[in-house]
Amino acid sequence: MNFDTLLLGVADGISYAGLLFLVSLGLTLIFGVLGVLNIAHGSLYALGGYVAASLTALAMRHAFDSTPWLFLALVMAAMLVGLAMGLLLDVLLLRYFQKRDPVIQLLVTFAVFVIFEDVQKLIWGTSPYAAGEIVSRLGTVELFAVTYTVYQIMVIPGIALASYLGLNFFLKKTLWGKQTVALTHHREVAMAMGVNVKKIGALVFVLGAMLGALGGALAVPVSSLTPGMGAEMIVVSFTVVATAGLGQITGALITSLMIGLARSLAVYLLPEIDVAMPYIIMLLVLLLRPNGLFTVAQSRRI
Amino acid sequence: MKLGVFSGLVVLVLLAIGMAFPWTKTMLIIGLCYGLSALGVAIPARSGQVSFGHAMFACVAAYAVAFLARAFPQMDGVVLIVLATLTGTLFATVLGSFVVRYRGIFFGMLNLAVSMVIVALLGKLYELSGGTDGIRVQRPEFWGLVTERSEFETMLLFISCCIALLAGWFYQRFTQSATGEALGGLKSNETRLEYLGISAHHILWVGYAWSGFFVSLGGAIFALAQGLVTPEMGAWTRSGELVFIMILGGSSHALGPFVGAGVFQAVKLFASAYMAGVWQMLLGFTLLAVIALAPEGIMGAWLAYRSKSVKGARP
Repeated sequence: MNFDTLLLGVADGISYAGLLFLVSLGLTLIFGVLGVLNIAHGSLYALGGYVAASLTALAMRHAFDSTPWLFLALVMAAMLVGLAMGLLLDVLLLRYFQKRDPVIQLLVTFAVFVIFEDVQKLIWGTSPYAAGEIVSRLGTVELFAVTYTVYQIMVIPGIALASYLGLNFFLKKTLWGKQTVALTHHREVAMAMGVNVKKIGALVFVLGAMLGALGGALAVPVSSLTPGMGAEMIVVSFTVVATAGLGQITGALITSLMIGLARSLAVYLLPEIDVAMPYIIMLLVLLLRPNGLFTVAQSRRI
Repeated sequence: MKLGVFSGLVVLVLLAIGMAFPWTKTMLIIGLCYGLSALGVAIPARSGQVSFGHAMFACVAAYAVAFLARAFPQMDGVVLIVLATLTGTLFATVLGSFVVRYRGIFFGMLNLAVSMVIVALLGKLYELSGGTDGIRVQRPEFWGLVTERSEFETMLLFISCCIALLAGWFYQRFTQSATGEALGGLKSNETRLEYLGISAHHILWVGYAWSGFFVSLGGAIFALAQGLVTPEMGAWTRSGELVFIMILGGSSHALGPFVGAGVFQAVKLFASAYMAGVWQMLLGFTLLAVIALAPEGIMGAWLAYRSKSVKGARP
């Protein structure tokens, strides 16, 4: 393998890691409040993608086809899906099934996931969707001898980093953010201290759902949408979250990068096991550190 | 009526249905396979650990059937099932030795990860495993009898029914054994269990091996019934279906997973006939309804109803 291939692999990896991080961030955030991995997060990713594709097509048809509008279409899609689905999941999981066994809550998210697998097929059909217009608009960039799209190497990682910084700011500097942290520490105590647990719970669900949908929306321009993409993404982002340690935001950033790079380099180096790469990493990490790479103390989860 | 006798009657009814409507035979066998595998998933679930990768044991056993049938075309069907189940169980025992160190999400995730690696390898190592197209399994003989398709299915249905009855009986015995009760104790309080001098590790390992045994059994019969094995059999969505079936039927009695499998197959059949394309949605709503209305599953709800209505009159 020569230098150019390596560079290409790294660029692929960074772009993939950006998407992976957005999805994992939403997942780990929701885990903090719910205490259960949300399988329906895969539907959010897929729905975000499909709505983004439809909105892009709509914008193009009605002459809102300048680059900022197209970009706005992607973000709007994520916001819409996140708001609608986040509230739905909040009502289902935190209102109706809150006192149930974690296993049962997990299965509720699984049920929501399978329901939305068919909803996607009913609305958007089974043929692949794509919305590559914005990628070609933004042009390419030369990295030594490799030509790469600006969208993949700058926009996706940029948004991922911005989300990371924004979320950290939110959690550490704002009142609602601090209340969120309190809620993930201990629900009852937070409630006793006057935190409006219902409001904060709904807020976190919507925020987490938006991040998952944003991952999907940003993925549409560079990959085609097919049924089953949600299932694939959710499993890989589970791996990221578990490898990093549950609720670890900075850990998720580093692990996404690690898994993203390992996977894209494996495409060139070890094509037999590229799909299995994230799981192999996770197995190795969990063998050595049973609670994930970045878990420090049990009490702090976000 | 005792549930054991009832199970026997159900099996007779299933056989009668299979005889009267030959087109239902494959479906019945596959339903029993799902039931057997879900029975396996129920064992770690008793200790509060839910695996999202257990379908891998069915997949391993199914590939064992395929490889064995390819290498030894003369091998008897029953021997195939036994050897493949042993292979799957051995794999579960080895894997269990380290997976049982983990609890909760990590237990589920590790199972998931191993199953994903297996599925990926089976899909990619084309020369060995036939890739994602899988391997065809030739119809084996049963007890030296060379049979036609229809007779073969009858035999297989009969064998599956017997195995399902035995497995259900064994599951009931197992849950009432010291190990089975300790598994329940692991769910409620692991520390207290350790204080009693019982190794939680060991208990879960034994349970894990048995659960692998049941799932493998289901997978081995499934491979023969379908005549084709694919990596799909080990996919995480398949593992999810097994958990789904277990919750649907309830794990308090061995009949539960089989009832769950029956409902699962019925919903699938109904959807494919009248609402093609939305069967997953129908399953999702069924699951939500069961979780909301009958937390202990269909079997649990029925048992609760029965003990309320015939209080004191039970044998």
